[in-house]
Amino acid sequence: MKKWQCIVCGFEYDEAQGMPDEGIEAGTKWEDIPDDWTCPDCGAPKDDFEMMEVE
Amino acid sequence: MSTPEMTLEEARAYDKKRWLWPMGFGIIILVGAALLTGWWFNITWLLFAGPIIVYGVVPALDYLIGKDSTNPPERVLDVLEDDPYYRYSTYLFVPVQFVFLIVATGIVGTNDLTFLQWLGMTSSLGMLSGVAINTAHELGHKNTRLESWLAKIVLAPVAYGHFYVEHNYGHHSNVATPEDPASARMGENFWRFLWRTMGGSAKSAVHVEKTRLKRKGRGFWHWRNELLQSWAMTVALFTGLVLAFGVEVLPFLIVQAFIGASLLEAVNYCEHYGLLRKKRGNGRYERCRPEHSWNNDHIVTNIFLFHLQRHSDHHAHPTRRYQSLRHFDEAPELPTGYAGMIVLAYIPPLWRKVMDKRVVAHYDGDIRQANLQPSKRKKLLTQYPPPSGAATA
Repeated sequence: MKKWQCIVCGFEYDEAQGMPDEGIEAGTKWEDIPDDWTCPDCGAPKDDFEMMEVE
Repeated sequence: MSTPEMTLEEARAYDKKRWLWPMGFGIIILVGAALLTGWWFNITWLLFAGPIIVYGVVPALDYLIGKDSTNPPERVLDVLEDDPYYRYSTYLFVPVQFVFLIVATGIVGTNDLTFLQWLGMTSSLGMLSGVAINTAHELGHKNTRLESWLAKIVLAPVAYGHFYVEHNYGHHSNVATPEDPASARMGENFWRFLWRTMGGSAKSAVHVEKTRLKRKGRGFWHWRNELLQSWAMTVALFTGLVLAFGVEVLPFLIVQAFIGASLLEAVNYCEHYGLLRKKRGNGRYERCRPEHSWNNDHIVTNIFLFHLQRHSDHHAHPTRRYQSLRHFDEAPELPTGYAGMIVLAYIPPLWRKVMDKRVVAHYDGDIRQANLQPSKRKKLLTQYPPPSGAATA
């Protein structure tokens, strides 16, 4: 399970948690999120996310 | 992905403003020439070239020259996005600004200027510093090392380094909500907004940076703190200029920085006035969409501000470079460019007369859906009663 971060506003998507409010189930892998999904905070496209370092 | 048959030359032909982008510098060099002439020949009004151009000439040219609402086709945008020509125009701004700053500070520090001459120099340099924040904005959204550093450097003369942090992590996620210090509320006059946004943005930047550093296991007072880095650059720059030209340049430097910052905040005031994202059942705001930013397609201000007025597309694609930003028909449109609008913003009754009815129209008469200044809510609802039968917001 990985985390992805919006490079514009810092919003984090955690694959383990998903976003049930948005209809994205827990455990949904980043590549399985639709391409037209956008950052829920700032609206930036999926392309503007990058994988976060594992600490 | 670009289609293979589209060459850079072909793509460039679609950008009608291509040869106009460097005109932004043309205007700045014109201000520089006016200042030098005004100082050398003792013509005081010429020293006010900065405000005269920003508040007078640019709005007049917007009125005379008009709009460009065309968008190049999508496949052209992809090619233009990678064209280095556009990037270099933003890089070039940085040395131009520093030469300007050093020469102007030198003149102020080594001459006995009258108060009016001093005020002219200060306000003209302030205008340049304000426009510099716009360049920093364009650079600060690009995730290359060079551009991030240039953004911070360009913010040093205006002492607004926190903008780099706050704008991306604060404003872009909270835009068009009551929580965003940089989104103006309907009924909030500019002068009140100015204090709220200046204080609120600095506070928000500290919060953002503290959180970021904490995640990396660092405290706030760490050399990797981007706010401290930026503010230290300002301190170093101002100290250097004081050592070179005398302590009497300090008021000049401080006042021009304040004027520059207030010019940026006046633009911020116009960008989202009264617009509001709805709160959803889960407590999150709806996504930022084209209808949450005021746009304008007047050519001259768009050249001067690197397409900042195609603001809805900027919020939809914050990392997209200025040449590729598009006009949206569904986005709300201001009556004139930001340059003209900020003059209105300075005179609140005039601003309300022009803008409040536009916010009302944007929400089909139901301003309960707008971002209202809490203290003015009652008054605004009496003035613009919501249509009967409309669902409560």
